[in-house]
Amino acid sequence: MKNEYIPQLSTVREVIKHTALEYTFRMEFDHAEIVKPGQFFEISLPKYGEAPISVSGIGADTVDFTIRRVGKVTNEIFENYVGDKLFIRGPYGNGFDIENYKGKELVVIAGGTGLSPIKGVVDYFAAHTDENISTTLIAGFKDPDSVLFRDDFKFWKENINVIQSVDRAPEDYTGPVGMVTKYIPDLKFTDISNASFICVGPPIMIKFVVKAILELGVKEEQIWVSHERKMCCGLGKCGHCRVGSTYICLDGPVFNYVDGKKLID
Amino acid sequence: MGYQFTKAEANALFQQWKERYDVYAPMLMKGEGCFSDTDIVRYGQPDTLEDIEWAKKSDYSFKEVLLSINQTLFYFTEDKTIVPNPPKKEILIFLRACDMHALTRLDDVYLKNGFEDIYYRQVREMTHFVLMGCTQSCETGFCVSMGTNKADTYDGYVKLDGETVLMDLPMAELAEGAKAEELAVTPDYVTENFEKVTLPKNLTNECFTDDIWKEFGSRCIACGRCNFACPTCTCYTMQDIFYNDNPKNGERRRVWASCQVDGYTVIAGGYDCRKNQSDRMRFKVLHKISDHEKRFGHTMCVGCGRCEAICPEYISYITLINRLAEKEG
Ligand code: SF4
Ligand code: SF4
Ligand code: FES
Repeated sequence: MKNEYIPQLSTVREVIKHTALEYTFRMEFDHAEIVKPGQFFEISLPKYGEAPISVSGIGADTVDFTIRRVGKVTNEIFENYVGDKLFIRGPYGNGFDIENYKGKELVVIAGGTGLSPIKGVVDYFAAHTDENISTTLIAGFKDPDSVLFRDDFKFWKENINVIQSVDRAPEDYTGPVGMVTKYIPDLKFTDISNASFICVGPPIMIKFVVKAILELGVKEEQIWVSHERKMCCGLGKCGHCRVGSTYICLDGPVFNYVDGKKLID
Repeated sequence: MGYQFTKAEANALFQQWKERYDVYAPMLMKGEGCFSDTDIVRYGQPDTLEDIEWAKKSDYSFKEVLLSINQTLFYFTEDKTIVPNPPKKEILIFLRACDMHALTRLDDVYLKNGFEDIYYRQVREMTHFVLMGCTQSCETGFCVSMGTNKADTYDGYVKLDGETVLMDLPMAELAEGAKAEELAVTPDYVTENFEKVTLPKNLTNECFTDDIWKEFGSRCIACGRCNFACPTCTCYTMQDIFYNDNPKNGERRRVWASCQVDGYTVIAGGYDCRKNQSDRMRFKVLHKISDHEKRFGHTMCVGCGRCEAICPEYISYITLINRLAEKEG
């Protein structure tokens, strides 16, 4: 019988520094083909313990994890672990099913590191523009220095509609400034009943984004959300992620809003 | 097969069990209660049948034998993990009917919810259960209301009856070498408790906004005792320990966690999904009487009454549930 708690040692192939605080660790993983965007791994950061981290990219034999430094200790570890190894176990959770968004007018709305779980979906439709009608990404960051995945944004901007906004910026900043919700009422559709929405971010952001989407006259089943919770085990055992009779780590973290709206902490 | 022994014969058999098994049973621990000079009944390893506390219900349950409060999952060095050896000796646990039912709730979470938990599976397979009958109801239990007053899946049943000891030993290994008069023995069980509970039957998310959660929850001091005493609470938190003399080596443990205590739902970045005690109280109670049932077909709560008895703030779980049911009319 397999011991699901034992992590495997994985080599850090590459470290991509987005901001002073957020790095992407590209880690070796032999079974990358089974990993879906929106799934997560438990990653052991020495002296920090295990943390659930969403997959932010899937390669041929690698998976990406975008990790935020949380304090002095992790700062140091970040530096020390470049070119080294980390313990990982996963993938866990249901993840996004690309099939749900094929042939649709897809709108993806994400805030900050909330971009990680849906990055795989955006990557897919930016590379396969013929498989859906349109893709729009509305990505919000705190300020211009907090923008993640800068290189990916270049590629996305060439292939899909991208609104990259910051909550606040210095006066000489020329890009869009404002909360992601600001852009939702102006979205244009050829057939709104064929639109799909994905929303990922902190609970408070999901609340306001979904409200704005529903005001467009969209049905609840056209909206998908990914929930973030404390996940100590990823295995349906530790209990921390449970909401009502739902275990976010097993039944989620991705939910159609029809089910997702019933999840009240 | 039922047996009648003298006390001496029964203790001789018990010694045989002790050779073969690690035997755990409720024992009265003097002066170890929550308040100074109070006693507590909790699980220990008795030397004789008389060492077992037969009259009082244990304040903490048998679950700590299967799920230790603080369990090492593995040791790690920079590039290796080493799993501790599973227990070698088989285990025998003395427990009551409500607790036999609680065992199925532990199984739900550890064996039936996603992957099987290997640590639980290993110890569970090595553990056998001896039922202690109940001739009269304990003070706070409501097993009759919950349908957990009778248990029939035991491996053994033992009853001290004056100078004689009655046993039913369906597991052949327990009866090995038993020389005694054979007769039919059926376990004692209660058919009425002091406490009666009516479960609300039509709970929906609408009850979330009821003032009742605030009424009970605002008194909670988030000590977590209700969870630690409950035989069906299974939550834990992962914890990494590093050794001072060699900070690259350490161990990963899991330690019991409580949904009533701060930090249980705090995610990276510090956001707390369930911040106030009223919501935590609602979360706990609904899990016990309804949410677990939606997933596994029976309530998590088995009506042992331990949470009722242990709360230092005298928050009555029983009153809370009955009030919820009353409101439904
Ligand atoms: S919730 Fe209370 S009464 Fe029910 S099983 Fe747990 S401790 Fe016993
Ligand atoms: S035992 Fe009582 S005070 Fe302590 S956490 Fe439980 S309900 Fe709150
Ligand atoms: S993360 Fe442990 S039960 Fe879901």
